Amino acid sequence: MSRLVAFAAIQGAYNIVSKAEGKFKQAMDKYGPNQPIGFPNTAFYLPIIYSILGIKIEKLGEAEPVMKRCRDLLPKHIKAEHNIHLPYLGGTLDCGMAAILAEEVVEAIRYVEDPDFYRLGEECDVENKRIWLGAADDTIMRKRGIEFVDGSAPGFAAIVGAAPDPETAKKIAEDYQKKNLYIFMCANQNGTSFSEQLVEAGVQIGWPTRLVPFGPDISAAVFALGFANRAAMAFGGVKPGDYKTVLKYNKERIFAFVNAFGEVNAEWAANAAGAINWGFPTIADTDIPEILPTGICTYEHVVSSVPYDQVTAKSIEVRGLKVTITEIPIPVSYGPAFEGERVRRDDVYVECGGGKTPCFELVRIADMDTVEDGRVEVIGPEVKDVPVGTRLPLAVVVEVAGRKMQEDYEPILERQVHHLVNYAQGVMHIGQRDIAWYRIGKQAVDKGFAFEHIGKILHAKYHQDFGAIFDKCQVKIYTEEANVRELLSVAQHAYRIRDERIEGMTDEGTETYYSCTLCQSFAPTHVCVISPERTGLCGAYNWLDCKASFEINPTGPNQPIQKGDTLDPKLGNWKGVNDFVFKASRQSISSYNFYSLIYDPMTTCGCCECIAAVLPMCNGIMTVNREYAGMTPSGMKFTTLAGTIGGGNVTPGFVGHSKYNVTQRKFVLGDGGLARLVWIPKMLKEELRDRIIKRGDEMGIANFYDMIATEEQGTTEDEIYAFLEQAGHPALTMDSILG
Amino acid sequence: MRCTMSHDEKKENPVSIAEEKKAKKADLREMTSCPSTLQMLKKLEADGHDSVFTRAAEMKPCPIGAESACCKHCFMGPCRLNAKDPYARTGVCGATIDTIAARNFARNVAAGGAAHTDHGMVMLDVFRDVVNGKVAHFKVQDEDKLRNVAMSIGIPTENRSVKDIANDLYSELERTYTQVEGEIPFAKRVPPKTLELWRKHGIVPRGAMREIMELMHRTHMGVDQDYNNIVRQCSRTALADGWGGSMVATEISDILFGTPEPRVAGVNMGFLREDQVNILIHGHEPLLFEGMIAASNDPANIELAKAAGAKGINLLGMCCSGAEVLGRHGIPHAGNFVSAEPIIATGAVDAIGVDVQCIMQALPKMADCYGTKFFTTNPRAKIEGATHFEFHEREPLEAPNKIIAMAVERFRNRTAKIVIPQRQDWGVHGFSHEYVNYMLGGKFRGSYTPLNDNIINGRIRGVAGVVGCTNPRVKQDWVHVELVKELIKHNVLVVQTGCSQIALAKAGLMKPDAAVLAGEGLQEVCETVGIPPVLSLGSCVDNSRILIACAEMVRIGGLGDKISDLPVAGAAPEFMSEKAICIGQYFVASGVYTIFGVTFPTVEGTKFHELLFNGLEEQGFGKWGFATDPIEMAGMMIDHIDKKRAALGLTEKRERKLFSMEDRRAAAE
Repeated sequence: MSRLVAFAAIQGAYNIVSKAEGKFKQAMDKYGPNQPIGFPNTAFYLPIIYSILGIKIEKLGEAEPVMKRCRDLLPKHIKAEHNIHLPYLGGTLDCGMAAILAEEVVEAIRYVEDPDFYRLGEECDVENKRIWLGAADDTIMRKRGIEFVDGSAPGFAAIVGAAPDPETAKKIAEDYQKKNLYIFMCANQNGTSFSEQLVEAGVQIGWPTRLVPFGPDISAAVFALGFANRAAMAFGGVKPGDYKTVLKYNKERIFAFVNAFGEVNAEWAANAAGAINWGFPTIADTDIPEILPTGICTYEHVVSSVPYDQVTAKSIEVRGLKVTITEIPIPVSYGPAFEGERVRRDDVYVECGGGKTPCFELVRIADMDTVEDGRVEVIGPEVKDVPVGTRLPLAVVVEVAGRKMQEDYEPILERQVHHLVNYAQGVMHIGQRDIAWYRIGKQAVDKGFAFEHIGKILHAKYHQDFGAIFDKCQVKIYTEEANVRELLSVAQHAYRIRDERIEGMTDEGTETYYSCTLCQSFAPTHVCVISPERTGLCGAYNWLDCKASFEINPTGPNQPIQKGDTLDPKLGNWKGVNDFVFKASRQSISSYNFYSLIYDPMTTCGCCECIAAVLPMCNGIMTVNREYAGMTPSGMKFTTLAGTIGGGNVTPGFVGHSKYNVTQRKFVLGDGGLARLVWIPKMLKEELRDRIIKRGDEMGIANFYDMIATEEQGTTEDEIYAFLEQAGHPALTMDSILG
Repeated sequence: MRCTMSHDEKKENPVSIAEEKKAKKADLREMTSCPSTLQMLKKLEADGHDSVFTRAAEMKPCPIGAESACCKHCFMGPCRLNAKDPYARTGVCGATIDTIAARNFARNVAAGGAAHTDHGMVMLDVFRDVVNGKVAHFKVQDEDKLRNVAMSIGIPTENRSVKDIANDLYSELERTYTQVEGEIPFAKRVPPKTLELWRKHGIVPRGAMREIMELMHRTHMGVDQDYNNIVRQCSRTALADGWGGSMVATEISDILFGTPEPRVAGVNMGFLREDQVNILIHGHEPLLFEGMIAASNDPANIELAKAAGAKGINLLGMCCSGAEVLGRHGIPHAGNFVSAEPIIATGAVDAIGVDVQCIMQALPKMADCYGTKFFTTNPRAKIEGATHFEFHEREPLEAPNKIIAMAVERFRNRTAKIVIPQRQDWGVHGFSHEYVNYMLGGKFRGSYTPLNDNIINGRIRGVAGVVGCTNPRVKQDWVHVELVKELIKHNVLVVQTGCSQIALAKAGLMKPDAAVLAGEGLQEVCETVGIPPVLSLGSCVDNSRILIACAEMVRIGGLGDKISDLPVAGAAPEFMSEKAICIGQYFVASGVYTIFGVTFPTVEGTKFHELLFNGLEEQGFGKWGFATDPIEMAGMMIDHIDKKRAALGLTEKRERKLFSMEDRRAAAE
């Protein structure tokens, strides 16, 4: 019975396009064609229009051809001539696209008309009822997009409408959270929205908990599709306007689908038809006609009458998505979606660390005989033994043993504690080592969460994710001050030794580097090679991580590379690496250098934490981190830079790198090293403060930290040049950077 | 009074009269399943006229010729062999049954291929003259198609004018005919593995003229006397038709007159209008019809008609001329090949204009009996006794204007009693390759992927091309209709061209509602896309659209890497022309199992027969099949489709694959 769906979708699309034309005309009359329009902080203009049609819209008037295109895309209404209708699938998909394109213009106009309608940033302001977040800016898109790349978020559910009641909404949301999916919410059912239902049920919404309230109208669906298309351009290197590739990329790599909750009206049908162009099927709770044959989507296109308790499982099955659910023996929900959830001061039951009490965590290797796998011991008071609002000291000591376990893996396992604990609903974790900070919320305690469960989490997840490198694991949790203080000094000693060992590793002293093709799920031609002194540009993987990853999964994305003959020690070029890259890049890259951004720098994908660029006038370089949304002296914002150099290309003059890499000894050493750094955003400078000072001292440049300009000194080369001269920045007197 | 000359001749011969009387008793209802044709056959009988049907009943096919056991290639003969004992003797020169039948077959291929390639070449002539401005009336109507065709054979299109591209396209396509060495341009569209097989066997066509010439040479007395070798050149010549002449005809017609898109259009004699000047266009090329459409819309001509008391000018198509404009412009189609005489009996046809191919010589006589004006228009196809108004593409309205004037004249002086069968059968027509792409994904996701997907998942079992003529030696339309019904019932999607598609359109199978006759899976797909289970593609040169579709199915993937891997089959259940033989051979050579009905020009059990029906498949090509019963024929096609499905591993129900991140990473490779 898909004729009925097609009929409704076409009608809906006519409504949407006609209303959009009215809105557009009104806006043109009121603001004129030169009125700037766009979504906040993005280099992708109106991203659907940009990606599908290749049109950059910066001013209202530029949307005119798009509106015309929408009208042209509308097919004839389905009507029978002599009781015969013409084929309608093609027209239905076209009208869906017309609706989506028109809605994106409408939403852009809303940003002009009602600039406060959507709240900027990741979080909602529930108290003041400002929950709608609108378009994700590029910072959010890149940060969150990486989770889609590395698989920590396998896809998203676009929820349209509202559940029958807040409790059902909450259950569905938590179920998706447990499956690690993002939920993008829009539209309402008779004035009730899924987002508001979640708020009512006491669920934290916003980007950090993966429950994203885009907007109250169906047109906010464009924010979900726009997010997906930006991922295709940013991580997949798909060229704007190459709609075929954009949509194919979405079908094959972005595992999203639509859940329509409540009566499906014509406009929803048009949007659902639009989403099918992306390969995103619709799964509904009502008995709308089903469309089961496959082809545009991977499997079914419309599935209906799905009961609420089956909707999440059915949806991921229809989309063809494999989700591995983490079952952890604890009384609260568990998964990455809960990582960003906050425990506010008023909700805290018990708190440890955070400067108020001593608190640390330590993973160390132990003898097989001394470890009883799965044993969790709490030494000192348990949560239930203390009243609400208590502060306790805390030591989490994990002992692991196994034939393959090495000391090198200790920090890798220890670094996991932060997010693994955070994944528990109602538990917050900040920091690491001896600056760790735990908050356990009242709700979690009500459900029975205790310190013991921290141990259970670590035991279960370590086995799940790192089972290949150890055999046994036990956890001791201390909550008595005397014990904690005594063990703290042991821990601090261990940290120091560990740091010294890692600091001591050099590229020269290492024959084996590791490849990283983790991103190839999203950026099919990019290939990273990671050496001890050049961590991965995403910041997530250093050399040791890769080594462990290879141990865990010998056929996985991290493969050892024998670096082979050194072809250029200064620029960092090795024969074995080049051979590997040539093969892994499918013959597109024959050679790249590790230590230079001028000469054949390493390729960059869309995931990099920072981008460095040459500033020729200053004879130096700048670097900018993903979170910094402002202008830089290169004349480009981060997101524009990423758009220019991402996609697995060698781009002389630019290179992507991690934050940590800035203070590694080999950072652009072939071009003169860190001494070339003349500009950096203030936020990043402060984040790296201690390490920059240390490197400055090592390089023998007194007060180097203070010589580096930030946006406070200026965002053009002219502006900062004076400052550099005054500060006596070494770059100004070095050899010409362009050789 | 009898109008036929044969009558007068046969009067002298008492044996003929006896046979004739016997034939008269034959049940007209056994001759056709088309109600309009039947009604007119009865009228013809009442009016005392014979027709292709009665003549067929009167004249048994020559028994030696029917089995291709006679040879007239030199004048030491003609020689005839005994089909019952084919190897008992040879011709005077020593030619075996295999040589004789293969040479006869080759002559059929040469003639059929010549017809299509000449048609294509005429289209190309017009295209050239349109591009260089010598023909002003026609122009390039579908620029997208022009670019796509150009791109498909490696002509650069970016930032180039239509004229530049068209010039290059012309010179490239001219090679289809005139090239003496190398491969014809559309060989670039052949799936690489299929092309590899052709190269291995040395059958990639060089140029149609060369291939036809060589085939004619080889079949001369005393040249090629190895049936294997003759068949090889048959394939090469036939491929020069399918991937050459016919394909050029289709592509250029689309470029000049528009690529068909589905439209609701009608077929059957009920579209004759008593109160209008009815003009029937019969034959094959679109040019005359395009001229007629323009001329019949000319206000001066409409005025002329009105002045004669008509409400207007009513154009109708017949045969493949009609099929060209049915999908392209929605002009009603009056009937297929064997209905050409019966329709004249309505008395309502004021004029018939014809161009080339399948114009029976009996037509002008029959026209004469009912006062219908009959005009030949093509210098290649004059008929003794018929008026000739030559059609010139540079003045494409000249002949049509004359035809209209004469038709109006006849309207004014109609004397014949007018009886119009009332049936009008509406359906959806005009599924071009381009539209199939569009209908399966719209402007943004258009591709054959959903077709392949639903073949892979088994909703669609396979695809069948049911095409070809109608033949008075079988009940008109019946084999076509029963075959197609049986196929769709078993979830085989059917694509159609030529007279076969008119048979199914009359039976109502080109309505989307006909999906209720299809199996559950096919029905579901039809409902999703909004299509009938039987797709109408165009005229007989448009069989090239089926080749393109096969190539695209291979390219999209999942169904093997050669056309011969595809779960598809073809049939021409009521064929009669040499063109059909050539079409069959190019499908077989391309890799398709192709079944003919009515008769087949071989002796079963001979080596030549064995080669066509089995040997070619063993060499990696398709093969020929033969059956007269539609259900049996459908069974053979379905069995073949199932065989191909099994070879592709598509028989078992597949587990739904769920994609992990590793799968996505692997997808990059």
